[in-house]
Amino acid sequence: MTGYAAFAAETVEAGWFLEHAYLVPLIMAASFAITLAIGKRLGKHASWIGVAAIGTCFLFAIVANVQWNSYVTDSEHAAEAEADSHAEEGTTDEDAPAEEHSLVAPIAPGESAAPAQEDDHSEEPAAEGDEEHAPAAEGEEEHAEEFEVVPVTQTWTWWTNGDVEFEAGMLLDGMAVMMLFVVTLISLLVHVFSTDYVAGDRRYTHYFAFLSLFSAAMLGFVMAQNTLQLITMWELVGVCSFALIGHWWEEKPNSDAALKAFLTNRVGDVGLLVGMITLFFAADQTFDIVEINTLANDGAITHTALVVSSLCLLAAVMSKSGQFILHTWLPDAMAGPTPVSALIHAATMVVAGVFMVARMYGVFWNGLVIGGSSVNALAVVGGVTVLGGAGLAFVQSDIKKVLAYSTISQLGYMVMALGVGAWTAALFHLFTHAFFKAGLFLGAGSVAHSVHSFDMKKDMGGMYRFMPKTAWTFFICTGALIGIFPLAGFWSKDEILAGADQLGSGYSVFMIVGTIGAFMTAAYMTRLIYLTFFGEYRGGHHEVEQGRADADEHELEDAMDHGDHAEHHGDPHESGNRILVPLYILATLAVVAGFTNLPDTGALSFIPKGLALRFEHLFEPKGAYFPSFGAVEGAFSHPEFSWQIAVGSSLVGLLGIALAYAWFFKGLGPHGITQRSRLARAGHTFLVEKYYLDHLYTGIIAGGIKGPIAKGANWFNKHVLDGAVDGVGKSAVVGGQFVYNTIDQKLVDGIVDGSGVTAEGGGEVFRQMQTGKVQQYAAILFVASVVLAGTFIIVI
Amino acid sequence: MDDVMLNQFLILAAILFSTGVYGVLAKKNAILVLMSIELILNAVNINLVAFGAHNGTIAGSVFALFVIAVAAAEVGVGLAIVLLIYRNRHSVDLDDVAQMKG
Repeated sequence: MTGYAAFAAETVEAGWFLEHAYLVPLIMAASFAITLAIGKRLGKHASWIGVAAIGTCFLFAIVANVQWNSYVTDSEHAAEAEADSHAEEGTTDEDAPAEEHSLVAPIAPGESAAPAQEDDHSEEPAAEGDEEHAPAAEGEEEHAEEFEVVPVTQTWTWWTNGDVEFEAGMLLDGMAVMMLFVVTLISLLVHVFSTDYVAGDRRYTHYFAFLSLFSAAMLGFVMAQNTLQLITMWELVGVCSFALIGHWWEEKPNSDAALKAFLTNRVGDVGLLVGMITLFFAADQTFDIVEINTLANDGAITHTALVVSSLCLLAAVMSKSGQFILHTWLPDAMAGPTPVSALIHAATMVVAGVFMVARMYGVFWNGLVIGGSSVNALAVVGGVTVLGGAGLAFVQSDIKKVLAYSTISQLGYMVMALGVGAWTAALFHLFTHAFFKAGLFLGAGSVAHSVHSFDMKKDMGGMYRFMPKTAWTFFICTGALIGIFPLAGFWSKDEILAGADQLGSGYSVFMIVGTIGAFMTAAYMTRLIYLTFFGEYRGGHHEVEQGRADADEHELEDAMDHGDHAEHHGDPHESGNRILVPLYILATLAVVAGFTNLPDTGALSFIPKGLALRFEHLFEPKGAYFPSFGAVEGAFSHPEFSWQIAVGSSLVGLLGIALAYAWFFKGLGPHGITQRSRLARAGHTFLVEKYYLDHLYTGIIAGGIKGPIAKGANWFNKHVLDGAVDGVGKSAVVGGQFVYNTIDQKLVDGIVDGSGVTAEGGGEVFRQMQTGKVQQYAAILFVASVVLAGTFIIVI
Repeated sequence: MDDVMLNQFLILAAILFSTGVYGVLAKKNAILVLMSIELILNAVNINLVAFGAHNGTIAGSVFALFVIAVAAAEVGVGLAIVLLIYRNRHSVDLDDVAQMKG
């Protein structure tokens, strides 16, 4: 089957924009360089370089997606034509006639869809050379997508070292194309949003330059052709997040947060390096991602190597994607400007880990035996993170920190989905989450821009009155996050739950974890909305508390820009268009993004084929490098839609909203229980202290290092190392004395003096011969030559 | 050329050579010394040509031609030096030119 499918796909041409998608990161990198080089001179207009670049990239990405759509369709038709020709001829020959047939086969997409579905089960037997139209005995409920879509690749030799060739290149398949769209869209909106949000900042140029580099790094990451490139881009993403989180580094907490993000990521990066190096040697010294995955799927890599490398890579995912216990940097990263948080949480930094698992899925699938009977590490990490992150979100008073813990929890969903084999569900959730989480962050930014604070308890409340537009987009995005039908989050979260349920046995627990997570999400988001948008306005009691370095300057600029907002220090006001328009777009996407992958199985089988599962159809890789294809195809789960799970999780979500509504809006329930009950107080403190993880890291691990261990090192240094150094110094002095007195003064000088004396004496002797008489010299010459000639004659 | 005839040439050359060596070592006049050197060189030339004829090759004659060219140059330089010495000291006696005594 693979043979002819691959052959068929070769006849399919990819569009220009697919072939040259590597230009996108290059454009952003150029934008970074140009902004840094001439940005200062442009002043306020420096941002337009970045906006123009990312706008271009976004258009590029849209065209690339359209071309990808036709590329997939063409591949499918080519494969169908192959199958038909085999069925008609009843032959096993896969060569020339098949090619002609695939080229001329006139198939209209709409009409051929239905018959193609019926023919599908005969594909495999036909390819294997059996009878045509053999009965489909596999009993597969899968869709008829057994064609291969060859990724669009470009490679250049970077450098050669001995036999190993280091390549640079581009690997563009479904998920890369999808990420291309998501990253450029979110980045574009963040750029536009930022032109207002950080207007007048003293490092305005620097900010936009790094925003460009951040996008470039992430785009390069999703298109990386080999693991070497993957690591490079991964690190570059980390560096950019460091620079942007610490954008206002004059304040200690901000620079601390940047350092924390960077150092925590380094912990995981060790895992990334070790894992990739293990893979390099296990996979016959290749960096090629497709090749590594294919080898892993074929069983050409030993299981031990796969286990080691996938566990090491899991550590990298835990740090980068904020999985529980290495998630602590993510809430602190809120110290950065809000648009950066939106970018980090929606499109760039934290999804890198999830994307890496999806990219190396062949390795993870076989290494962790996903789909096997025992529960694997990936699912456990994800499941713990879902609940751990959601729990912490309840006790935060900073609006951005609530969202940060929410992101951690949602990333947990994605990792969990990957752990239970629901690859498409994970990527689909990544896709929808990007839109509504970016919407939430930018909405929070809009509110904070107005009240100059992020503290919900002190400075917000009743914001609905002041900024209804922001509020409505925020409500929609919240609804999508909670998973209210029919918003985006409903579809993606549901697919994850169904995927966890489908595997059965131990994995069912993850369905329950996911449902509890949905409940908690609903509750903490309702709390956030209450504290921010409803109740009494608690702000306006201070002058610019959240003292950003540029705050005064910023306000002045703002007041001049918007004359009608002259009473800036009074009531909060609705934000300008450059902030609102991105919010509208994201809210719209939060509504419609879910429809891209409507299920058509189970209870929803009435949905027509052309509409359903577009996401899966377009973006799921189809090739030997992906576990769904070929040998392991049967175990790969495409969950069915089920009423029970959908209705159940929705009800649980609504229950969460209702309880939180009763508690916060109506003041029902045992308020003040944290004062009365010791158990509740302990639980509350436990959450406020973030499970004491920060204490563990800074107090015990870092403190342990700088306390006793540092003292021990000091003692060792003083007594052992210093002693050794002193001893060496002393013996060097003694040795030097000996050398001077004995060797230098006596031996060396003796030789020098002696040679002078000898030369003088020799000169006295030989000067006697120097008579100045030419004929005497000639006589000596003659005698000497006679002697020499005589000697020669005698000897010879 | 047979061996007897070769011997005659060699004897002639030996006589010329010895005469030259005597002139170089014994004569006080610089001009005569130069001329004696010419005798030595030409004795060598006779040897070269004789051996060349004896062996039936032209290599000896070619070498002799080279020696003649070198001798011409040598005598040119030598006479020039002698001329300058005469201008300075009005004498060409070699015993007087002993300033290089160490």
